[in-house]
Amino acid sequence: MFPEEVLEHVFSFLNSHTDRNTASLVCKSWYEMERWCRKRVFIGNCYAVNPRVVIRRFPEVKSVELKGKPHFADFNLVPEGWGGYVYPWIVEIARAYPWLEEIRLKRMVVTDECLEIVAKSFRNFRVLVLESCEGFSTDGLAAVAANCRNLRVLDLRECEVEELSGHWLSHFPDSFTSLESLNMACLGSEVSFSALERLVARSPNLKTLRLNRTVPIEKLSTLLQRAPQLVDFGTGAYSAEIRQDVYSRLADAFSRSKNLKSLSGFWDVTPAYLPAIYSVCSQLTSLNLSYAATRSPDLTKIVSQCYNLQRLVVLDYIEDTGLNTVSMSCKDLRELVVFPSDPFVGEVDVLLTEQGLVSVSQGCSKLQSVLYFCHQMSNSALISISKNRPNLTCFRLCIIEPRVPDYVTHEPLDVGFGSIVENCKQLTRLSMSGLLTDRVFEYIGTHAKNLDMLSIAFAGDSDLGLHHVLSGCDSLRKLEIRDCPFGDKALLANASKLEKMRSLWMSSCLVSFGACKLLGQKMPGLNVEVIDERENVNSLPEYVPVEKVYIYRTVSGQRFDTPDFVRIMGKDKDDLFSDKGLKVAVLFCSNFGTFRPCCCTRSRSL
Amino acid sequence: MGPQVIGLEITELRLGLPGGGDSGERRVKKRVISEGGQEVDVVVGWPPVGLYRKNVVAKLYVKVSMDGVPILRKVDISCFKGYSELGMGLEKLFDCYGIGQAMEEDNGSCEYTTIYEDKDGDWMLVGDVPWLMFVETCKRLRIKRR
Repeated sequence: MFPEEVLEHVFSFLNSHTDRNTASLVCKSWYEMERWCRKRVFIGNCYAVNPRVVIRRFPEVKSVELKGKPHFADFNLVPEGWGGYVYPWIVEIARAYPWLEEIRLKRMVVTDECLEIVAKSFRNFRVLVLESCEGFSTDGLAAVAANCRNLRVLDLRECEVEELSGHWLSHFPDSFTSLESLNMACLGSEVSFSALERLVARSPNLKTLRLNRTVPIEKLSTLLQRAPQLVDFGTGAYSAEIRQDVYSRLADAFSRSKNLKSLSGFWDVTPAYLPAIYSVCSQLTSLNLSYAATRSPDLTKIVSQCYNLQRLVVLDYIEDTGLNTVSMSCKDLRELVVFPSDPFVGEVDVLLTEQGLVSVSQGCSKLQSVLYFCHQMSNSALISISKNRPNLTCFRLCIIEPRVPDYVTHEPLDVGFGSIVENCKQLTRLSMSGLLTDRVFEYIGTHAKNLDMLSIAFAGDSDLGLHHVLSGCDSLRKLEIRDCPFGDKALLANASKLEKMRSLWMSSCLVSFGACKLLGQKMPGLNVEVIDERENVNSLPEYVPVEKVYIYRTVSGQRFDTPDFVRIMGKDKDDLFSDKGLKVAVLFCSNFGTFRPCCCTRSRSL
Repeated sequence: MGPQVIGLEITELRLGLPGGGDSGERRVKKRVISEGGQEVDVVVGWPPVGLYRKNVVAKLYVKVSMDGVPILRKVDISCFKGYSELGMGLEKLFDCYGIGQAMEEDNGSCEYTTIYEDKDGDWMLVGDVPWLMFVETCKRLRIKRR
C-alpha cells in the first residue's frame, strides 16, 4: 500500500477525466484519495448529476466544465426554453468553491445574475469560457470585467449576447493587467477603441485577441503593434476602400508579429487587403477564413504559403483547385473544415466537389479530422479517402441535398461509408449524409468499435439500422438521429445500452409515446424526455410518433425545470403498475420478432 | 434563437394524421411564403450549419447601371432584407425617386424597370423570385427607363 502522499503525487500526473475516473474505481482508498485531489471536473450533461452530489464528492475543485443542451440545438432543433440553465450550478459552486478559478460552459443558458455571482464569489477567478451560450447581456460582461481582478481568459465563442452597450470593456480597471486571452468575436456592438487599445497595451501576457466585426481594418495595425507577443489574432471586418497607407501599415504590422500562429476573423473581406498577411503565412498553424467571401484565386494564394498549417477552416469558395494546392503545400495539415457559402441554394455555382477532399486525403498524411460540406459524393471517392487516410479520427460529411445517391453509379453510399469505418479503425466521430440504407448501419455496427459519437440524418430503412448501431458500437456514447424511419423495436430491445451512453437524440423518427413511457418506466437510470410542441399532444394516442425524444442517463432523477412542451416520460409511480402500462408492454413484446427481449419479461411479471 | 431564414414569413404545414398513418414518409420541410409570394421548401435545421454561421451572409457586391448615367455603381445586395429595401437603396444610390415603387407595383405605369442578370446570363425582372433566391442568383442590376 502506498502512503497517501505517494498516491497523490502519482494522481497529479493523471490529467484526463477518464483516467481519473478509472483510477477512482480501483479500490476504496484510491477513490477517497482521488476525490480529494481532483482539481478539474467535467460534466458532459448538466442534468446527469446534481451539483450538490458533485460538490460532496469533490471538495477541492478549481475548474468546472459543464455542457447543457444537446448538440442539435446548434441547428435550431431544440426549442427555446428547453432548459440547460446554469444558475443552480453557479449558486452551489459559489457557496462551495470560493477558490474556484475556471468555469467553462457549452450550450447553456447563462443570465446576467449568474455572471454577477461569478464576478463576486471567486477571489482568484481566472478563466471564463462560454461557448454557444445565451441569456446574458453586456451588463453581465461588465460585472465580470469590473470585479475579476485576476482574470486571464474571457472567451465568448458564438454566444448570443444581448448588446446593451459597448462600454462593458471599459469596466476593466486600469490596474487590471493579467489578461491573456480575449475573444469577443461574436459581439456585434462597437466597443470603445481607446479602451481596447489601453487594455491591450497594459496586458503584457496577452496571447489571444479575437476582435469583433466593428473594429475597422485601419485600427488593426495599432493593436498589433501594441501586442507583438500575440499568438492568436482575429481581425474585425477586413474591408475598406483601398488605401496604400492603410495597407502598408497593416502589412508592416503583420510582418513584425513574429509569434503569430493563428489567424481568424476576416469578415467582409476586401481581397486587395489579403496580401497583407502573406508575411505570416509560413508561421501559421491555424487559419480560419470561413467568413471571408472571396474567391478561389485569393484563397489559394494564401494557403500555398502556409507550409506549417495544421488547421484550415474555409468556405467552399476555395474550390477543388484550392484544395489541391492545400494538399501540395500544407503537409502538416491535421484538420480540414469546409463550410458552404450558400447553404440553401440548390444550384451550384462553386466548383467544390468530392475531388477536393480526395486530394487533401492523398497529400496530407497527418489529416485526422474532416468536416466537409459539398453537393456530390461517390462511393469510390469515399473508399479512396478511407484508404489514403486510415488515421482519420473524425469524419463528418454533409452532402447538402438529403438522400442524394452516388452521383456516378446512383447507388446508395453504404459501401463508401462502410469503407470509412472499416479502414479508419481509430474513428471516434462520424456524421453521414446522402442516400443510405440499413446496410451502412450493419457496417458501422460491425467495424466502428471506437466510435464515440454518431450523427445520422435522412438515412436507413427500418429499425434494423438502429439496432445494428446500438448493439454493435461498443464505445458509442452520443447518438443523434433525425428524420430516419427508426422506431420502438430497436430502442426497446437495446434499452440497457442507453445507460452506457451519455445521450440519444431522435427527432422526426417513428418512436411512439408509448415506447417512451415504457422506457422511462423500466429504466430509472434514464430520463426520457419527449419534446413535442403540437397543441393537441395530450389527446394523441400512445402509438403516435413523438416529434422529438432526448434520452440521457442520469443519477439525479427527473428534472423540474421543464417547459410545457417537454415531458419526462414514465416517472409517475402510477404508470408502472397500471393496466395500460402492461397492455403497452405486451403490445411491444409481441412485435419483437428477432430481437432479444429486454425489459418485457420484467413487465410481464408485474 | 430567431427564425433561421431572414426576411421571410414562415407558415408551417404539418402532415401526419394522429393515427400513425405516415409510417414511412414524414414531412421534413417547412413551406415558406417568401416576400415575392412564392413557396419555397426549407428543411428545418438542414444543412447542419451552426446558427451563428447562418447569420453571416457573404457580401455580394453587384454592379448597377442606370440608363442615362455613365458611371456604374456597386451595391451589396446581401445587406438588404427584401425587395423594398433594395428599391430604397437604389433610390439613394442614384438619388432618384421612383425605382422602388416601380419594383413593387409593376403595372407598367412607372418610369423605371429594374432588371437583373442571373447566373445563366439571362436578364430577368426583379421581384419575381423569393428574395433569398434573388440574392444568390443576381450577378448585376440594371435600371431601365421606359
